[in-house]
Amino acid sequence: MTSSHTAEPLLDIRDLRKEFPGQPPSVAVDDVSLTVTEGETFALVGESGCGKTTLTRLLLRLLPPTSGSVRFDGTDLLSLDHAALRPFRRQMQVVLQDPYSSMNPRLRIADIVAEPLVTHEEWARGRRGRARTRERVCELLDAVGLDAGIVDRYPHEFSGGQRQRISIARALALEPRLVVLDEPTSALDVSVQARVLDLLADLQQRLGLTYFFISHNLAVVSRIADRVAVMRQGRIVETGTARQVFTTPEDPYTRRLLDAVPVPDPTRARRTAAVASESAESTIV
Amino acid sequence: MTSTPQSPAAPTAPPVLEFQDLRVDFRLAGSTVHAVRGVNLSVAAGETLAVVGESGSGKSATALSALRLNPEPPSVYAGGEILLDGRDVLGLSERQLRRVRGAEISMVFQDPMTSLDPLQRVGHQITEVLRLHGDHTRAEARNAALTALDEVGIPDPERRFRQYPHELSGGLRQRVMIASALVARPRVLIADEPTTALDVTVQRQILDLLVRLQHRHGMAVVLITHDLGVVAETADRVAVMRHGEVVETGDVEQVFARPAAPYTRRLLDATPRLEPVA
Repeated sequence: MTSSHTAEPLLDIRDLRKEFPGQPPSVAVDDVSLTVTEGETFALVGESGCGKTTLTRLLLRLLPPTSGSVRFDGTDLLSLDHAALRPFRRQMQVVLQDPYSSMNPRLRIADIVAEPLVTHEEWARGRRGRARTRERVCELLDAVGLDAGIVDRYPHEFSGGQRQRISIARALALEPRLVVLDEPTSALDVSVQARVLDLLADLQQRLGLTYFFISHNLAVVSRIADRVAVMRQGRIVETGTARQVFTTPEDPYTRRLLDAVPVPDPTRARRTAAVASESAESTIV
Repeated sequence: MTSTPQSPAAPTAPPVLEFQDLRVDFRLAGSTVHAVRGVNLSVAAGETLAVVGESGSGKSATALSALRLNPEPPSVYAGGEILLDGRDVLGLSERQLRRVRGAEISMVFQDPMTSLDPLQRVGHQITEVLRLHGDHTRAEARNAALTALDEVGIPDPERRFRQYPHELSGGLRQRVMIASALVARPRVLIADEPTTALDVTVQRQILDLLVRLQHRHGMAVVLITHDLGVVAETADRVAVMRHGEVVETGDVEQVFARPAAPYTRRLLDATPRLEPVA
């Protein structure tokens, strides 16, 4: 079993394509193929409008693709009907950029974190279920570094970083194998971001999670990713280990992206270069 | 003169804009938040001062004070002065302030879409400041706007002049914002997170543009940002704010190499760098 697992990627996306109707149709995802191995952090980077969010929605089957396949642990998700998809859904959880928008403001933290349990687990329902879920919720909060005493409070009482921890706790409730992290730290202050990234790394190690990490922030990606795919205009222009992509990028667009990242080191000042190359502005976007 | 403890790199030229012991309170139902607690800052012509801090640090409230743009209420200017060439901006009447805004001190904000009027053509918005300040004919204002559009690197200014904001990309909108901020040749430009909403390649172009324009016109620039990478690449001096106070000021290279405040050190440590560890 172990040998077949190492051979088979956890997530295998082949020639995935999504066209949105129009004259001509717009191709949001243009024949994308990529694989994610169990236990790794795979980062998908790109600028706004490159198709990374559409790709994510396709692989979670929140949106039907025009063509192509998505295999999770060997099973083609696109061939499954709603009922057959359920056991796979619970193995793939999502954390979004703005946790607040994905929380019902009128629910207490206990109920927010318990939502996936109540949806997917028979034991979590009914009177007896309540006590057991509450116990599980406390465990989860503890795992993400929050005090279990917050269960009866409401989302608005928490800071952005705390809310993101709550949504991570919720995502882990069903012990998923794959966690899709869609810009999970983009809305956070830098010191909070660093702590959330540390938490994610720690959870991955303890629970053997696989991360599909979507981000526009190359510095963040370089810090946590094992492998990286760079997406532009619906296509993957480059894939490789983080080291390859960040140190020896092959695609000109990847190089441009990397060059554009501001470096927090004033001794490498580029401003003089910028002033000198006044004519270098070939493509105004 | 800044009276902050550590500023050996204070501008050698006389400051154009000086914040002296600025205090801003937000008075909300029954409670008062001291958003800015005695801030001292100064910026000289041709110099870029970056004000860096996390959310709630008071950096934007400080910057907005220079044009008295914090909404009153709930804000109250509770103390201190903001001197523009020695004149206290906080003491001006609304009428006098209107002559300062856009003409002597301009602002560029994070999200151009919320500062541009969706119902007005680009040209109208850029010439607005010139028309408000009176002394330009229609043709002169139009010419100044076309020059400004050209200067911020917008191709085909004649066509853009007639377009509406929604017809432009985010990067072009930010260029339009910069053009309208600079058309009246202000001496001070305050840029509040000017590239935060932009993609990284567009951010690079806008930062380069700001640096070039500053060199050409010799404005004083106050750059408000949360991004230490942006600070390192554009600023001469930096002030680090936290909880409404400046915890450290100094020359950028010196602050990055030898941060004096523990908070500055923490911020620097938390800033992700483009270097794969694996």
